[in-house]
Amino acid sequence: MIDYQIRNSVAILSFNMEGYPMNVINQASIEALDKCLNQALQDEAVKGIIITSSRPEFVAGGDLKMIYDLHDHAKVVALTMELHTILRKMETGGKPVVAAINGTCLGGGYEVTLAAHYRICINHPKVEIGLPEVTLGLLPGGGGTQRLPRMIGFQAALLPLLEGRRYNPEQAAKLGMVDKLVNSKEELEAEAMNWIQQVGRFTQPWDEKSFHLPGGEVNGPEGMFAFSSGAGVVREKTMGNYPAPLAILNCVYEGCQQTFDRALQIEAGYFADVVVSPEAKNMIRTLFFNMNKAKGGVARPKGVEVPVVKKVGILGAGMMGAGIAYVSALSGIETVLKDVSLEGAEKGKDYSRNILQKKIERGSSTQAKADAILDRIHPTADPADMAGCDLVVEAVFEDRGLKARVTQESEAVMPDHAVFASNTSTLPITGLAEASKRPERFIGLHFFSPVDKMQLVEVIMGKQSDDYALAMCIDYIKQIRKVPIVVNDSRGFFTSRIFKTFVIEGMEMLAEGIKPALIENASKMAGMPVGALAVTDEVSLSLMDHIQTQTEKDGIAVEENARKVTQIMVHEQGRVGKKAGKGFYEYPEGGQKHLWKGLSEHFPVAASQPSAAEVSKRLLHIQALESVRCLEEGVLRSVEDADIGSILGWGFPPYTGGVLSYIDFVGVDWFVDECDDFADRFGERYRPTDKLREMAANGQGFYGPVKSKEKVV
Amino acid sequence: MEAYIYDAVRTPRGKGKPDGSLYNVKAVNLLKTVYSAIRDRNDLDTSLIEDSIIGCVTQHGEQSGDIAKTAALAAGYSDSIAGVTLNRFCGSGLEAVNQAAAYVMSGQVSMILAGGVESMSRHPMGSDGMGLFSDPDILSRRKLVPQGISADLIATLDGYSREDLDQFAVASHQRAARAWENGWFNQSVIPVKDHNDNVILAQDETIRANTTVESLAKLRPSFEIMGTKAGFDSVAVQAYPEVETVGHFHHAGNSSGIVDGASLILIGNKEAGEQAGLKPRARFRSFAVIGTEPTIMLVGPGPASAKALKRAGMKASDIDLFEVNEAFAVVPMRFMTDLNVPHDKVNVNGGAIAMGHPLGATGAILIGTMLDELERRDLNTALATLCIGGGMGIATIIERV
Repeated sequence: MIDYQIRNSVAILSFNMEGYPMNVINQASIEALDKCLNQALQDEAVKGIIITSSRPEFVAGGDLKMIYDLHDHAKVVALTMELHTILRKMETGGKPVVAAINGTCLGGGYEVTLAAHYRICINHPKVEIGLPEVTLGLLPGGGGTQRLPRMIGFQAALLPLLEGRRYNPEQAAKLGMVDKLVNSKEELEAEAMNWIQQVGRFTQPWDEKSFHLPGGEVNGPEGMFAFSSGAGVVREKTMGNYPAPLAILNCVYEGCQQTFDRALQIEAGYFADVVVSPEAKNMIRTLFFNMNKAKGGVARPKGVEVPVVKKVGILGAGMMGAGIAYVSALSGIETVLKDVSLEGAEKGKDYSRNILQKKIERGSSTQAKADAILDRIHPTADPADMAGCDLVVEAVFEDRGLKARVTQESEAVMPDHAVFASNTSTLPITGLAEASKRPERFIGLHFFSPVDKMQLVEVIMGKQSDDYALAMCIDYIKQIRKVPIVVNDSRGFFTSRIFKTFVIEGMEMLAEGIKPALIENASKMAGMPVGALAVTDEVSLSLMDHIQTQTEKDGIAVEENARKVTQIMVHEQGRVGKKAGKGFYEYPEGGQKHLWKGLSEHFPVAASQPSAAEVSKRLLHIQALESVRCLEEGVLRSVEDADIGSILGWGFPPYTGGVLSYIDFVGVDWFVDECDDFADRFGERYRPTDKLREMAANGQGFYGPVKSKEKVV
Repeated sequence: MEAYIYDAVRTPRGKGKPDGSLYNVKAVNLLKTVYSAIRDRNDLDTSLIEDSIIGCVTQHGEQSGDIAKTAALAAGYSDSIAGVTLNRFCGSGLEAVNQAAAYVMSGQVSMILAGGVESMSRHPMGSDGMGLFSDPDILSRRKLVPQGISADLIATLDGYSREDLDQFAVASHQRAARAWENGWFNQSVIPVKDHNDNVILAQDETIRANTTVESLAKLRPSFEIMGTKAGFDSVAVQAYPEVETVGHFHHAGNSSGIVDGASLILIGNKEAGEQAGLKPRARFRSFAVIGTEPTIMLVGPGPASAKALKRAGMKASDIDLFEVNEAFAVVPMRFMTDLNVPHDKVNVNGGAIAMGHPLGATGAILIGTMLDELERRDLNTALATLCIGGGMGIATIIERV
C-alpha cells in the first residue's frame, strides 16, 4: 500500500497501491499512511519524512467508489475527521515533512501534500495538479478548502477550488500551489533530502500564534469583495442546481474565520452534505463510472476481431467532414479528405490548419507537430482515393440521392475489410444502406459540431449493420479519443429526436402565450446551456420547418402549436434563425442579441403566467419522457448511453446525471404524476408510458430502487 | 398618549470622501453639533431628557460603540440621559424617531431625542463587514444582489428609461438649489464648526444647480460591471425570470450621494413640553415597517406607507407633502406610481440625489425637512418613507398641531 524505507535518516513513504489502477485516497491507504507516519514519528533516528509515490502518478485523487457508496452523513463526517487526525499528526508531529510530487497529484492526493511543510514537484507538462472535486459535485474534503486559502490567500485559492481546473506544474508553481519545481526524479529526492537537512522551521504557518491570512481577512474589504461577488458568480453559474460550489464558498468563508481545527470540522460538515447529495451521486455515476466504461468500449461486441483503422476516408469537406478529418489526423490516422473539387478539399484542410495555428500561437503545440498532423491529411477530388481506406465516413449534404451515389462510388474501390459510415443526423441508416452492396458493413456515425470540441459520437446500427462494423467504429472512436454511444436506427436516432422535443416545447410554450423571456430563463434555470428559443434560432427555424414538412409527408401528425410557430416565423415573417440575423431573436451588429419585439404581436402573452419552476420542469420532463419511449422502443440499447449522450450531445444538465437518471432524481412516482398533470393541461405528448407507471408503482428506478417521496399536499 | 415634535435640526451634508468638507470632523462631533443646537436654541435643561436614540449604519471604529451616549457625553448633557444606537440600514434614522415616539406614546418616556449620524467619508460603507451583504450562503440562497442592481431591476420592470430617471435627478438638484436660495432650510441647518470655532460647512455641499439631462447623459452606469462580471444580473433574473436582462440605468448622478451628516429631533409628551416651556410643532399620526421580497429589495416605501396610512385611517390624498428617500431615482418614481401621488407633492425641496444620503441620519432629516415645509406652506400632514437594504420599508406620518 505504502512502501516505507529509510535513507540518510529520512523516512520515505511511497504510495504504491497494488490491485488498484491508480493510487487513491481511501480507507486502506489512509490506514497505511497512519501506520507509516507513526513509525516515522516514533523512530528517533528519523529526522524527516518524504511523501512520494512508487508509481507514475503521485495520487490520482479520492476513491470515488468509496465516496459513491457513502450515504450516511454522520459516517462521512466521522471518516473525514479520521483523515484530518492523521494529517494533523503529520503536520504537527515535530518532524519536517516534504511532499515529493513525482506525477499527477489531484484531489485528495494534493490535499495530503498540503499537510506537508513543503511541496517539490517534477516539472513535466503531463503532470496534473489540482482539486477537481467540484467537477463531480464534491468539494476538497481533506482540508483543501482550509489549507489552500491559508497558504495562498482566499482570493487566490477560490479559483482552483471553485473551478476544479487541473494545472501543469509551472501553472501550479505560479499560483503558489507547489513550492519548487525540479527537472528529474533524482533531483526530486535530492531536493527533498536537502530541504529536510536545511530546514529551520517545520510548523505550519496556521499553527503559529501570529498567523494572519495572506492577502486579506474575510471581514476586511478583500473579503467583502471576494465573498459577495463569489456568491453572485456561483449563483449565476449553478442557478442553484449544484450544491458543491456554494458549499466550497461557505467552507472558505466560515473556515477562514476559525481556528484551524474547528475549521476542519466545518469543512467536514459541508463535505458530508455534498457527498450524500443526489447531485454528486448523479455526476459521479454518469460522468465518471459510466463515461469511463463507454470510453473503454463497453459497447464493443466481444470477440470480434477487426483491423486497426490506419487510414480513413472522409467524403465531403464541409464543416463536419473537415472536423472529422482533423480529429482523425490528430490521432495519427492517415486521412483522405474528398470533396467535389480539390479546391474544396483543400478548404476543408484549412480547418485543421487554422486550429493548429491557434494552438501554436497559444504555445500548446509546435510547428513540427502541426506539420506532422497536416501531412496526414490528403485532400482529393477523386473517389478512387478511397481505395486502401479501412473506414470511409461520408459527411456530404443531407440528400438521399447524393449519399447513395457516394456510397456506391466508394464501395467500388474500398477493400473488403472496410466499413462505410454515414454521418447523417436525420436520415435513417437502414434506408441509406439500400444503396450499399454490403449493408452489413454500412453504419451510422453521428458526430457533433464542432467536432474538435464535442466528445460524443452516436453510433447508429441500421437493420443490417453487423457486429464487425460496430466493433470497428467503437475502436475508431476510441482511437480519436471520443465517447461512443450506440443506438438502433429510427427517425432522429436518439440525440436529435430528444433534442427536438426541447426545441418544439419552447415553440409550444410561445404559442401558449408564455412570455418568451420566461421560456428562455426557465430553460437556463433548469440547467440547459441555452434557452429553448435561442437554440432554435441556432439550429434554424427553417430546419425545424423542413423536418415538420417531412414528418407530415410521411403521414405523421405534427404538434399543432409548434407548426403554427414555424408557419408564422418562417413563411410569414421570414425570420428563419441566427444565420439570417433574425429569428426569435434580433442580432444587432456588434451588439448583444435580444428577443424580437414583434413576438408578442404574433404570439400574444397570456394574462396568467406559469412559475419558472413549472416551465423548467416541462422542458426537462418532455426530454426525459421521450427518452423513456426511445428505451422502450429499443432505439436506446442502454440507460447509461441515454445519460451520457444527453449530457455530451446537447448539454442536458449534468446535475441530473442525464436524461433518464433525471427521472430517478425527480422520483419516478412524482415524475409520472407531474407528466399526467402536464398531459391533461398541455397535450398527450406528456402522457407517461404504461411501463413507467409500473416502475412508479413498484418503486423501481432506472438505476435500482427509488424511494417514494412524501407528497406535499 | 400623544407624542409631539418640539424641534428638529440637522448639519449640512458634506461630500463623503476624503476631499469632502466634513472629512476632518469626527462622527461624534457631527452629532455633538446637533445635540448642542437642540439644547442651546431651546434653552433646555438636559436633565429633562431621558434617553437618546441614534440611527447609525456603519458602526465601525470611532463611529461604533453606542455613539448616542457618546455624543451626549461629548455635548456635556446631564449625566442622567441614556443613549442607544440602532441599525435598520437606511431606515435607521426614521426607526430612531419612531421608537422615540413609541416610547412617549406608551407613556414610558416623557422627553427623548431621536436622530442619526453617518460619517461616510471616515467610515466607508462596508467597513463594518456588512454581515448580510458578505455572507455567501445567504446572498446566494436568497438571491440577494447589490442595491444598485435592485434599483436597475425596478427600472427594468417598470419600463423607465435612463432619461426618465435623469429627469427626476435634475428636478432634485433644481428643487434643492431653489430651497437654499430662498433660505427654506435655514431654520433647521446648523453649521458645523472646527476646533477654532470657524464654520467649516454651512450648506449642503453636493448640489449642482446647473445639472441637466444632457450633462448626466455623460455618466456611465455604475452597476453594469457588478451585474455582468460578478453574476448579479443573472441572480436578479433568476428571481424575476420574466425579465430578459437587467438594464443598467443608475449612475452617480441619479443615485443618492455619499455624504457626511447628522440629524436630531426633540420628541416629548404634552406635559414635558410645557415643563420645558416649548411649543409643539407636530404630532405623530402613525408609523409602520414592512418586509419585501429581498432581491428587488427597494420597493418598500409604497407598501410601508400604505400600512401607515391605513393605521392612521387616512388615504394618500389626505397627505399634503411626501418625503421619499432618493436612494436611487427609481425609488420615489415607483412610490409615486404605487400610491398615485403627483411629483409636485413629493420631495418638493429636493432629496438625496442632490443633497446626499448620510445613511443613519437621513430618516430624521426627512422629518425635519417636511415639517419646515408644512409650516412654510401652512399645510397640515406629511409622510416620510425610505427603502431599506435586505428588503424592508419604513414610513411615518406627522400632522401639525
